[in-house]
Amino acid sequence: MKKRASWSFAALALGTSLSALADYKLNLQTPVTKLGEEVYDLHTFLLVICSVIFVVVFGAMFYSIFKHRKAAGHKAANFHESTTVEIVWTIIPALILVAMAWPATKVIIAQKDTRGADMTIKVTGYQWKWGYDYLDEGISFHSRLATPQEQYENYEGQKPVRNADYMLEVDNPVVVPVGKRVRLLLTANDVIHSWWVPAFAVKQDAIPGYIRDTWFKAEKEGVYRGQCVELCGKDHGFMPIVVNVVSQEKYDAWVGEQKKLMAANQDDPNKVWTLPEMVARGQKVYDSNCAICHQANGKGQGAFPALDGSKMVVGPKADQVHLLLKGKGAMPAWEKTLSDTEIAAAITFTRNSWGNKTGELIQPAEIKAARSM
Amino acid sequence: MTTTVHTPDHAHGDDHHDHHPHGLTRWLAATNHKDIGTLYMWFAFIMFLTGGVMALCIRAELFSPGLQFVRPELFNQFTTLHGLIMVFGAIMPAFTGLANWMIPLMIGAPDMAFARMNNWSFWLLPPAALLLMISFAVPGGAAAAGWTLYAPLSTQMGMGMDLTIFAIHIMGISSIMGAINIITTILNMRAPGMTMMKMPMFVWTSLITAYLLIAVMPVLAGAVTMVLTDRHFGTSFFNAAGGGDPVLYQHIFWFFGHPEVYIMALPAFGVVSQVIPTFARKTLFGYHSMVYATSSIAILSFMVWAHHMYSVGMPVTAQLFFMYATTLIAVPTGVKVFNWIATMWKGSMTFETPMLFAIGFVCLFTMGGFSGVVLSIAAVDIQLHDTYYVVAHFHYVLVAGALFSLFAAVYYWLPKWTGFMYSETRGKIHFWWSMIAFNVTFFPMHFLGLAGMPRRIPDYAVQFTEFNALASVGAFAFGIAQIYFLFAVLLPTIRGGAGPAPAKPWEGGNTLEWEVPSPAPFHTWEQPPSRELVDKLAAQQQLH
Repeated sequence: MKKRASWSFAALALGTSLSALADYKLNLQTPVTKLGEEVYDLHTFLLVICSVIFVVVFGAMFYSIFKHRKAAGHKAANFHESTTVEIVWTIIPALILVAMAWPATKVIIAQKDTRGADMTIKVTGYQWKWGYDYLDEGISFHSRLATPQEQYENYEGQKPVRNADYMLEVDNPVVVPVGKRVRLLLTANDVIHSWWVPAFAVKQDAIPGYIRDTWFKAEKEGVYRGQCVELCGKDHGFMPIVVNVVSQEKYDAWVGEQKKLMAANQDDPNKVWTLPEMVARGQKVYDSNCAICHQANGKGQGAFPALDGSKMVVGPKADQVHLLLKGKGAMPAWEKTLSDTEIAAAITFTRNSWGNKTGELIQPAEIKAARSM
Repeated sequence: MTTTVHTPDHAHGDDHHDHHPHGLTRWLAATNHKDIGTLYMWFAFIMFLTGGVMALCIRAELFSPGLQFVRPELFNQFTTLHGLIMVFGAIMPAFTGLANWMIPLMIGAPDMAFARMNNWSFWLLPPAALLLMISFAVPGGAAAAGWTLYAPLSTQMGMGMDLTIFAIHIMGISSIMGAINIITTILNMRAPGMTMMKMPMFVWTSLITAYLLIAVMPVLAGAVTMVLTDRHFGTSFFNAAGGGDPVLYQHIFWFFGHPEVYIMALPAFGVVSQVIPTFARKTLFGYHSMVYATSSIAILSFMVWAHHMYSVGMPVTAQLFFMYATTLIAVPTGVKVFNWIATMWKGSMTFETPMLFAIGFVCLFTMGGFSGVVLSIAAVDIQLHDTYYVVAHFHYVLVAGALFSLFAAVYYWLPKWTGFMYSETRGKIHFWWSMIAFNVTFFPMHFLGLAGMPRRIPDYAVQFTEFNALASVGAFAFGIAQIYFLFAVLLPTIRGGAGPAPAKPWEGGNTLEWEVPSPAPFHTWEQPPSRELVDKLAAQQQLH
C-alpha cells in the first residue's frame, strides 16, 4: 500500500518534471501509531481513487482535444443533453464518495475516542513555547526551540552551519513510554495554538480558556518531531514539538530525574534576595521569556518597545508590576505563567540592566501582594 | 479600456446618444456600466499586482532556510495582506467588473439597474485599499493574524487591525451594493423573450453569486465587528475569561468563508461555460443541469463551513456531519466538469487564448478538486490541515480557478471592450508561461504539506529546502508572466493590437454581446434587442 502511494506520487511528479527529485520526501511521514497507519492507508486509498478518476477524466478530455479539433477537420456534432448520461455521472461519483466516507468514518470514531488512557499530559500553548504538565507524576516544564538564533537570523547574509534538526529541536522534549495510551489535554495561555506530531497523526488545536483532548499510542521507540500549526503570532514558526518515545524503564528513570530537578529548582517564595542575586536570576528569566521580543540588548524590535531607557521600566515600579501581571495588547499576562520570584527577578533585571540604573530591588513578596490587589 | 473612438463602419443605430463627460469627471462621476466595469477591472488588476508583490516577498524569504529578508512579524503581515488583497481586492472586484461590463450586454439591457449606486460601490473600493496599504505604516504594522483574522490573535494586534476591520466593512458594503445591482438588473431588465432558462450561464452564475454575497457579507461584517468591540469596547465575544469562546469566531468566519469560496468560483464557472461552447462550436452540454448544479453548490456551501475546523476539536457527530456534507459538494462540481468535457466532445475545437485558459482552468480546477476530496475526509485532513498541502489546494482552485477564468474572460471579451484584437501569439505565450510557472510554484507544495511543513511559517526545517526553492523560482516566473501580460498584451491591444475587431470575432459566439459593434458603443441596447433576435440566439444555443 505504501509502496504504491509513493509510486503514484512519482507518476504525478513526472507531470511537472520533478522526477529528478524523487529521492525527497513525497508522502506523509512514516506513521508510528496504529491510527497513523490507518490515516496513511486511507490517504493512499483516496490517492489511488483520485488517480483513476484523473486518468479517466483527463483521458477523455485530451482525447477530445486531439480528435475533435477543427484543424483535424472535425465537424461539430449537435447533441447537447442526455438524461441517461447525466444521471450516470451523478450516481457514480456519489457511490465513490460513499466508498471513501465509509472507512473514513471508522477512523474518525477511533480518533475521537479518548477513553482508556494509561497516562495524561496537559499541554499548554504559549506565545511561543509549549508547556507540559504530567498530571499523574506532577512533573511540569516548558519546551522551547533549541536552535540557536545565529543559525536562523541571517539578515546580514550569514551562511551558518545548521543543526541536523534545525527548527525541529527543543530544550525539554516530551518523554512518553512506548506502547502506552497517552491522553493529551490541550489548552492555551494567550491565543490559539495547535499541537501536531505527523508521525502520530495527531493534530489538535489548543484553545485559550477551553480544554480539548486527543490521544496517541506510539508503537515504536524514537524521537518524533512536529510543530505548532495554528498561526499564533510572531514566532509561530519557532515553537516545535519533540516527543521522545522510550522504554518503560527509561521513562521511569526520566520521571525520577525530573522530580529531583524540579525540587532543586523550586524557589523558596519567602526568601529575601540581594540585588546581585536577583539580577542574576532575572537575567535567566529575561533570556527565556522576554528577549524573544524585547531582544537581549533591551533595544526592542519593530512593534516591541525598547526596555533600555523605557519610561515604563525606569518609572514607578507598581506600573511595571501591573503590566507584567496583566499584560496589554501584544504583551502577554504573565501572572499564570511565571512565579512571584520569576516576575520579581525579571523586573529587577530590567531596572538594573543596559542603561537602566535604578538600583531598585523587587522582592517576591511585593509581587505576591500585587497579585492579591 | 473603453475607447470612444468610432469608425463609421462601427456606427450603430443608437450611437447618436454617445456623449458623456471627459477627463477625470468621466471616471469619478461614472454611471455608465461599461466605464464602471472598466474601473473595476483596472482596480482589480492593480490590486492583483500589489498582492502579487507581497506573495513574491513571501517566496523570496522562503527560497532558503533561515531568515534573510523579512522579520517574522512582517512576514505574517505579508501573508495576511496577500490573502485579503487577492480575495477582496483582486478576484471579487474583477468578477464584479466583468458582471458590470457583460451582464447588460448579454441580457439586452441599456445599463445596470442602479447607475449611481454602481458608481458608489466602485468608489468605495479605492479608500478601502488605501486603508489596507496605510496599515503597513502605522505602529505595530499591518494586520498579521492571517486573512482569516482568527480571534484572539486578532484582538492582540495594533492599530493595523482596526484599519483592516474598517477596510473589510467598506469592501463588504461595496460588495453588497454590487450584488443588489446585479440581482435587480438580471431579474428586471432582460430583453423580451429572454426567460431565466435562456440566460447565458455567466449571467446565471453572477446571479447566484450575488445572492451568496448578500447572504454572507453581513456575517463577515458581524464577525469583524465583534473583534472590534472585543478590542476596544470591553466585550468578550471571543475571550473565555469573559464568558466568550475563541472558536465562535471561527464558526462565524467560516459561515461566511465557505460561501465566499464559491463567490470566487461560481462566476469562473460561468465564464468557462461561455468560452468552451464558443470555441468548441457546439452548445453547452446540459445547460439545465449546469444551472441546477450551480444552485446546489450554492446551497451546500452554507452547510460545510466547519470542514475548515476539523482540528479545533468538535464532537465526533459534528466531524462526521461536516465530512459527509463536504463530500456531497463533489457531486455537482463533478457534474460541471463532465458537462464541460461533454461540450468539447465531438466539437470542432480551435484553441485561441480564451479557450486555452478555459481548458487550463478545467485541468487545474479538477486537480484542486482532487486535493479537495482528500481534504474533505476529516480523518486525513487531521494530517494536512494548516500545512502547505492546503496552500497548494486553494491556490489550485483560486489561482487556476478564478484567475485563469478571468484571463479567459479578458481575452474573450477584449475585442468587444477595446475594438481591437490582441496578439494571438503573445496571448499563447502568456498562457503557457503562466500554466507552467503556476504548476512549478504550487505542485511541489503538495509534497511539502504531506511531508509536514506547516503554513504561515517564515522559516522551515532543512528537508523542505528543495521544494521551497523550486516553488519560489516558479512564483517569480509566474509574476513576470503577468507583467508580460500587462505590457505585451493588454496595453498594446488597447492601442490597436492586431487590428480592428469585428462585432463577432469568434465564429462560435451566439450570445447578445456579439450583436453590438466592437468596441461596444458607450450606450448599447437603448432599444432592447428584438424578440426575433433573442429567439434566434436561444435556438442557436438550443435553449428552450
